[in-house]
Amino acid sequence: MNLTLKIWRQKNKNDKGRLETYQVSNISPDSSFLEMLDVLNEQLINEGKEPVAFDHDCREGICGMCSLYINGEAHGPDRGVTTCQLHMRKFKDGDTIYIEPWRSAAFPVIKDLVVDRSAFDRIMAAGGFVSVNTSGNTQDANNIPIPKDDADKAFDAATCIGCGACVATCKNGSAMLFVSAKVSQFALLPQGKVEATRRVHNMVKQMDEEGFGNCSNTGACEVECPKGISLENIARMNREYLKASIISEDEE
Amino acid sequence: MALTGLFLVVFLLEHLYGNLLLLKPDGGAAFNEYSHNMTSNVFIRIVEILLFLGILAHVVNALRLTIENKKARPVKYAVNKPAANSSWFSRNMGLTGSIILVFIVIHLSDYFFEYRVEGLDGDETIYGEVIESFKNLWYVIIYIVAFIFLGFHLNHAIQSAFQTLGINHPKYNPIIKKTGAALAFIITIGFTFIPLYIYFTMH
Repeated sequence: MNLTLKIWRQKNKNDKGRLETYQVSNISPDSSFLEMLDVLNEQLINEGKEPVAFDHDCREGICGMCSLYINGEAHGPDRGVTTCQLHMRKFKDGDTIYIEPWRSAAFPVIKDLVVDRSAFDRIMAAGGFVSVNTSGNTQDANNIPIPKDDADKAFDAATCIGCGACVATCKNGSAMLFVSAKVSQFALLPQGKVEATRRVHNMVKQMDEEGFGNCSNTGACEVECPKGISLENIARMNREYLKASIISEDEE
Repeated sequence: MALTGLFLVVFLLEHLYGNLLLLKPDGGAAFNEYSHNMTSNVFIRIVEILLFLGILAHVVNALRLTIENKKARPVKYAVNKPAANSSWFSRNMGLTGSIILVFIVIHLSDYFFEYRVEGLDGDETIYGEVIESFKNLWYVIIYIVAFIFLGFHLNHAIQSAFQTLGINHPKYNPIIKKTGAALAFIITIGFTFIPLYIYFTMH
């Protein structure tokens, strides 16, 4: 396959940045999107130019590192996959492909296609955990009975890999799908219920402070999420938040 | 947005009931009496204040959210395909809402202001005023266009309000969505049928 690539190049966070055009040829339709970018980078290095910086790690769709807004869609045109799992056969020979970083005030560009997603880490640090004393006497989790349905839903929510596609695709740049998945994975389990009210309050507060937008229920995030995180989680977080606001005994 | 929105939907249904009285073939007696009750009943007057506050809160909140959301993405995408994952109307609630707001202002200045602030002249009735204005084709067109936008606004809004309030259940979601769409349809058809009927039968 021969392709024309329009890639966002930006030296650092202060640089204005611009789209630049590159040509790649003889790309196998069976290669992944990131492998295609590897070919481009090798080409650039051989020409003595700066390679394109992009995030990647496991390349099997579970780490959440890869991002990229490809031809106007988060993780490209395929559904339920990350960019590393996107195959070049989804494109046609001769196509022009636009590759841009996630666009969000909360995800500043570090370089080229790499954005800083530590806003997500700070939201997790605000409440995305269960406080457990690791004294050596921690009881086996299986000792606590959990209804199968709840365990399944918690597990579904926990499959969120924190890639940020929901924020990138949302017209409002809202992080509600991510935060709601993280709230849900704990709120559904007995271990997480203890801190449920405080958790949802603190995580939502941090989310707002990071500068993410508001949810207007367009449902775009659910469609673009590589892990199929459901809007049901956002409703659950809204319930948890409402409950926390009304019945919380915390004085703050 | 959800709470004020749902409150405004209840008002729309009540308003639709009042307007349907226009179709009663009694020379406007029922409609005139209804309109008179609307201005004299103390309970209704209190609700009226709440209604204006509801509209105001809905608009102010919408503005605040829109500004925040614009700030959340300072650099736009060069290429974006939002149609791949969401409907046009779900993404343009601010635009459809603004059209409806402009209509509300026109509507209030025509009826509410004249009836309640200026007062009607001796032999004028509110029924007569309404019939008179719907003989004007332009007025009918503005009215219908506004209600078509309102219909699409409500189609997204009603189910969205339930989601915001955390009411989302695999069993009830289809019912909520269908009821929301049906309400949007009934409100649009009901409000647009009346001016069309008046225009074509009394012109």
